[in-house]
Amino acid sequence: MLINILFYLFSATLITASLGVVLARNSVHSAMFLVLAFFTSSGLWLLLGAEFLAIVLVLVYVGAVMVLFLFVVMMLDVNVAQMREGFTRYAPLGALIALIVIAEICYVVWHPSLKLDMLGLTSDVAASASNTRSLGLVLYTKYAYPFQLAAVLLLLAIVAAITLTMRQRPNLKKQDISAQVAVRKGDRLRVVQVASEKRP
Amino acid sequence: MIGLPHYLTLAGIVFSIAVAGIFLNRKNVIVLLMCIELMLLAVNFNFVAFSHFLGDLSGQVFVFFILTVAAAEAAIGLAILVVLFRERRSIDVEELDTMRG
Repeated sequence: MLINILFYLFSATLITASLGVVLARNSVHSAMFLVLAFFTSSGLWLLLGAEFLAIVLVLVYVGAVMVLFLFVVMMLDVNVAQMREGFTRYAPLGALIALIVIAEICYVVWHPSLKLDMLGLTSDVAASASNTRSLGLVLYTKYAYPFQLAAVLLLLAIVAAITLTMRQRPNLKKQDISAQVAVRKGDRLRVVQVASEKRP
Repeated sequence: MIGLPHYLTLAGIVFSIAVAGIFLNRKNVIVLLMCIELMLLAVNFNFVAFSHFLGDLSGQVFVFFILTVAAAEAAIGLAILVVLFRERRSIDVEELDTMRG
């Protein structure tokens, strides 16, 4: 019973927060609504027994990705009113498509021939062992190579993001170490033959 | 009793809200990126729900990888956005027509 109440509470919050992300006038408010959405979905994942992923969602998404989003939103000086042009023009189309998608998903999911709501009554997952432990046992054995690929992908993302945003200012005075080391005597030193004066 | 259809419906609703958001906010690239994050969250919801109700841990492993890819995607997307704003002083999607797309 408590789980039902929690589910509906979290679901209502999640849907409200998603609507807030889409409809908020200010991009900072959108980002904060997205943080709320991540927090509530982490709660829902806890209800589903995925404790490790719930914590990772809060740590990685709320702690890293959303902070990055907020940095960028606050760094860019965006004209909010200009950004809202065309909002009402596309609103009916967007709402129509959203309603169609929701109706289709509900039709498929609640179709009686699938018996999806009977699923899971037989299996009790993660009730016995720690979710983190069992996930680690799978992740480091069966999915070891994909795990390392994911690590390489993150490295790639770091390199790509830094390379994209790094810029050389043209009139910046700074040391060029390699030029200093590679300098030769001939570049700096010039031996001038001066005609000697006659002694009086 | 909360079953699999409840979770799948919730994920579907969140996903459609994000799709509608891409239609509505087609000027603001930052909100578009946030909508993509919301869609990825909805997809992850499906994976976690199926993993729970089928008793198979592979779904959660997939969510792990999707989170990795989504974090990388967000970092690179925001980097591109910063470069774009530095070049054009605007993040309006409709002005990005240099390649005649």
